[in-house]
Amino acid sequence: MSEDTLLSARGLGLRFGAVPALVDVDAELWPGEVLAVVGESGSGKTTLLNVLSGRLRPQAGVVWYRDPEGRLHDVHAMPLPALRALHRSDWGFVHQNPRENLRMGVSAGGNVGERLMAQGARHYGRIREEAIAWLRQVEIDADRVDDLPRSFSGGMLQRLQIARTLVTHPRLVFMDEPTGGLDVSVQARLLDLVRSLVARLGIAAVLVTHDLAVARLLAHRIVVMQRGRVVEAGLTDQVLDDPQHEYTQLLVSSVLQA
Amino acid sequence: MNGPARTMLRTLSLDKTFTLHLRNGLRIPVLRNVALAVQAGECVALTGPSGAGKSTLLRALYGNYRADAGHIWVRHDDRMTDIAAAPPRTVVQVRAATLGYVSQFLRVVPRVAALDIVAEAARGPDPATARARAEALLLRLNIPRRLHALPPATFSGGEQQRVNLARGFIGGHPVLLLDEPTASLDAANRDIVIAMIREAKTRSVAIVGIFHDTTVRDAVADRSYEVTPLQEAA
Repeated sequence: MSEDTLLSARGLGLRFGAVPALVDVDAELWPGEVLAVVGESGSGKTTLLNVLSGRLRPQAGVVWYRDPEGRLHDVHAMPLPALRALHRSDWGFVHQNPRENLRMGVSAGGNVGERLMAQGARHYGRIREEAIAWLRQVEIDADRVDDLPRSFSGGMLQRLQIARTLVTHPRLVFMDEPTGGLDVSVQARLLDLVRSLVARLGIAAVLVTHDLAVARLLAHRIVVMQRGRVVEAGLTDQVLDDPQHEYTQLLVSSVLQA
Repeated sequence: MNGPARTMLRTLSLDKTFTLHLRNGLRIPVLRNVALAVQAGECVALTGPSGAGKSTLLRALYGNYRADAGHIWVRHDDRMTDIAAAPPRTVVQVRAATLGYVSQFLRVVPRVAALDIVAEAARGPDPATARARAEALLLRLNIPRRLHALPPATFSGGEQQRVNLARGFIGGHPVLLLDEPTASLDAANRDIVIAMIREAKTRSVAIVGIFHDTTVRDAVADRSYEVTPLQEAA
């Protein structure tokens, strides 16, 4: 296993007016590893995700990304076209609301194939084949390939977004509450899908969730945030079963047992 | 294979105290100065009264509970790795390759079939081999074929425990931690688990377990390690 981090952040700081969103946050991610960021609304976890992925510029600190050739890139100092290219190829972003990522006026197959075309794929037959293969992977029937996403259920839209994101074989995926807007019955299936795809493809992921059970099932490591600070970090099951910080103890003890 | 004794797991000066911040910082010391060594092919039973800290010790050995002080060395890649001090990433690797754990209760992704849960825990082989092994192990533990495609959420306590055991044993980890592996099992299934533990020992697996059932303990354990309750301090 490589000892080099894929992503590393040092001393991230960001305030929205008087509100501290990130206070001196460090984070590291290794290839193939899933890191969960948990905390309540307003804890800064989505802000952290946006800063790590270059979508939001921090007022302090730096985010380094190591490309497949081993070169380090300061994510917030990259020229915009280079950052966009990164988002099209090495990286993927799964939003809580799939409509933010999907094009609702383009067919399901088109939504998946578009990412391939953005990478330079031109052979229509092959693009379509690959799109259908990915729809299958996310358990969408191949005969829906020409349907518009607006005819899809919430769970199907989320799976379509995942197919669109993973079709380019990203090394790193950012996920913002991927099961957040879904019915509980659909959540379990999606969780299992995400877990098996990430493990099989060896994808590294930063996963933002307020659901500790989701973090437990998907993540190797966990970071607990409160008011913009990382209050605790470590092995997922250790942090959840033996929380050291007062806030983590409160979070863990506040979960309803079904 | 019975070569010279080979230490697979060793603790030194291991301490664990729980601090309950929501209870005004109440401190509950549970483990102090635990020194335990387990050789390859050996099974050590943790004994002591209920509440003495046996489960806490077992969880600490897995890295599930954090050691406050001391060392927990596990032979991983033929080197002793201190998982009490190692970064989380290393603990993940040690668990994947070396250190297995069978908890009392099954905790898995809902709606995943029992067979897949077990097959996924097989290390190394291709998916078809993993599934074949998982099937054989489930059948050995008397989980009938008709249940293999079902998620275990609706299974009885004993069936869930046997799925959990299959998942714990299929990986063939060199060090195995067992928390009450036969608690919900009838005599026939208990005997199967005894046989599986003995077979693991002949494969040089080092085992630490909590066995309340003295029949099981006598049948598998080479010796006991007594966990003594500590005085509660404020």
